[in-house]
Amino acid sequence: MRTHRWVRSFAVSLYFILALDHITASTGAGEEVGRLITFDGVTKRYADGTVAVDDLDLEIPTGRITVLVGPSGCGKTTTLRMINRMVDPTDGVVAIDGTDVRSKNPPELRRGIGYVIQQAGLFPHRTILNNIATVPYLLGWDKKKARARARELMDSVGLDPAMASRYPYQLSGGQQQRVGVARALAADPPIMLMDEPFSAVDPIVRKSLQDEFLRLQAELQKTIVFVTHDIDEAIKLGHKIAVFQVGGKLAQYSTPDELLAGPKDGFVADFLGGERGLKRLRFFRELDAEEAAARSGDAGGPGPDGGPGADEKAGEGDTTGGSDDSPVGGR
Amino acid sequence: MALVDGEPLIRWNWVADHLQDFVDLTGEHLFLSLAPVVLGLLISIPLGVASIRWSWLYPPVFAGANLLYAIPSLALFMLMLDLTGLNSRWTAIVPLTGYTLAVLVPNVVDGLRQVPASVRQAATAMGFGTWRRLIQVELPIAVPVIMAGLRVATVSSISLVSVAVLVGQGGLGQLFTDGAQREFPTPIIAGIVLTIILAFAADLALVTAQRLLTPWARSRKGTA
Ligand SMILES: Nc1ncnc2c1ncn2[C@@H]1O[C@H](COP(=O)(O)OP(=O)(O)OP(=O)(O)O)[C@@H](O)[C@H]1O
Ligand SMILES: [Mg+2]
Repeated sequence: MRTHRWVRSFAVSLYFILALDHITASTGAGEEVGRLITFDGVTKRYADGTVAVDDLDLEIPTGRITVLVGPSGCGKTTTLRMINRMVDPTDGVVAIDGTDVRSKNPPELRRGIGYVIQQAGLFPHRTILNNIATVPYLLGWDKKKARARARELMDSVGLDPAMASRYPYQLSGGQQQRVGVARALAADPPIMLMDEPFSAVDPIVRKSLQDEFLRLQAELQKTIVFVTHDIDEAIKLGHKIAVFQVGGKLAQYSTPDELLAGPKDGFVADFLGGERGLKRLRFFRELDAEEAAARSGDAGGPGPDGGPGADEKAGEGDTTGGSDDSPVGGR
Repeated sequence: MALVDGEPLIRWNWVADHLQDFVDLTGEHLFLSLAPVVLGLLISIPLGVASIRWSWLYPPVFAGANLLYAIPSLALFMLMLDLTGLNSRWTAIVPLTGYTLAVLVPNVVDGLRQVPASVRQAATAMGFGTWRRLIQVELPIAVPVIMAGLRVATVSSISLVSVAVLVGQGGLGQLFTDGAQREFPTPIIAGIVLTIILAFAADLALVTAQRLLTPWARSRKGTA
């Protein structure tokens, strides 16, 4: 039967396609991807003429959380995706540790950069464990090692081990977000890109995800670029905050303190709270102090001396800093 | 066809005498109807994938597959006779393969289209190459929709094979011509019953296969 031969050659070519993919995969080691991300005169103009990012200069510090914040359509996702080459800039250079990202083959580059997508984007046909082990599999890790790593991460992000063999549809929104974070962390990438990872859940779940995320980051100290359109979230999580305005212009780039103390222009001031003015500002400051105390170890390891990251926030730390109502206060 | 007076609808002793024929014809029928489905699937997957990648391709592909379906089956079988001859199974298989495309190509395309954008983007961001993403993420997620098309294609192929008896093929269809020529209803009834059983069994097998292949698809809600 001739069909028999067709099937065989189809299978053989399939095998080669996968094997080729695999060979390129195993040469791309995540470890050598650097950590310091720089944007140098970066512009992105889409094919239809939309300028999503306009002449952006930005230096994203190593081992910290940098938040990109701004109204819908201001180019946050585009900026994020120029780091892992899901979008290539029209102009300018995005570099990691001084190396233009465009010198790297995209799939290889991406396997070394964690990515958490809005809506979690879990693979519906894979179990939770296999979802988390995705990048280790792509990197050609031994199956056993990949699964062990995935189990370890389920624990880190607070997922019940019993969920390992479930499918995404059997999880709540908050649990799915945790899987998304675990999946991005699986190959221990030095850089994590997070695009509104907590926006699809209700405020209570969101708060606990944020708290646990901060606790995890205190241990891991990844270089994190975090996108949100929620200024509260930006101030709670960010060591540095980049405020964008529509048209892809960077309006201000500073620490939360500087931002609250001195918004550069009317747009930033409005975005920070507008008519709610001082009252809202005070609220941020309290939140800030509380979080600063809770996170005193997040950059320099344990101990009250903290690191530069803690210092940025410590300025606001007054008596409220000692309050014990924060669930992460014990860290 | 007029029934001869006094002839019963079913002659059970004839049925009992021809059990081995039934088995052979059923096997033949199954082959003639499933081979086109398998070939159709092998053709429609690349066609569907190409139609997604180059969206301008889809309208002509879709129209082409539909037009093929509009050609009366008998005419198509007759046309094939000139190419493949009375004794070749290809005379039946090629036209039937064409018919499955009308169902399978749109289903492959729909199946691939309903892969959520967030899932596709997540796969890209994780570092899947284009091919690997297609084979390990997009096609598996399209399986339930493709399977739905496969079920329709299989059942309609099983029913269409009988027509090919007029070009010397046709599996269980031979029972119909046999009965008609001899004005003898028993083979006709047997043929109908066996065709229905075959269609039902094939469908059941596909449903079972789908359940086993896609345990994750019991409920699609909440995947967002
Ligand atoms: N592929 C594309 N083609 C054309 N225009 C695009 C494309 N992707 C995004 N844009 C446009 O570029 C601008 C920035 O989009 P981007 O997705 O980066 O914004 P965002 O800040 O992430 O918005 P949101 O908060 O709504 O997610 C928007 O005006 C958007 O419509
Ligand atoms: Mg966005």
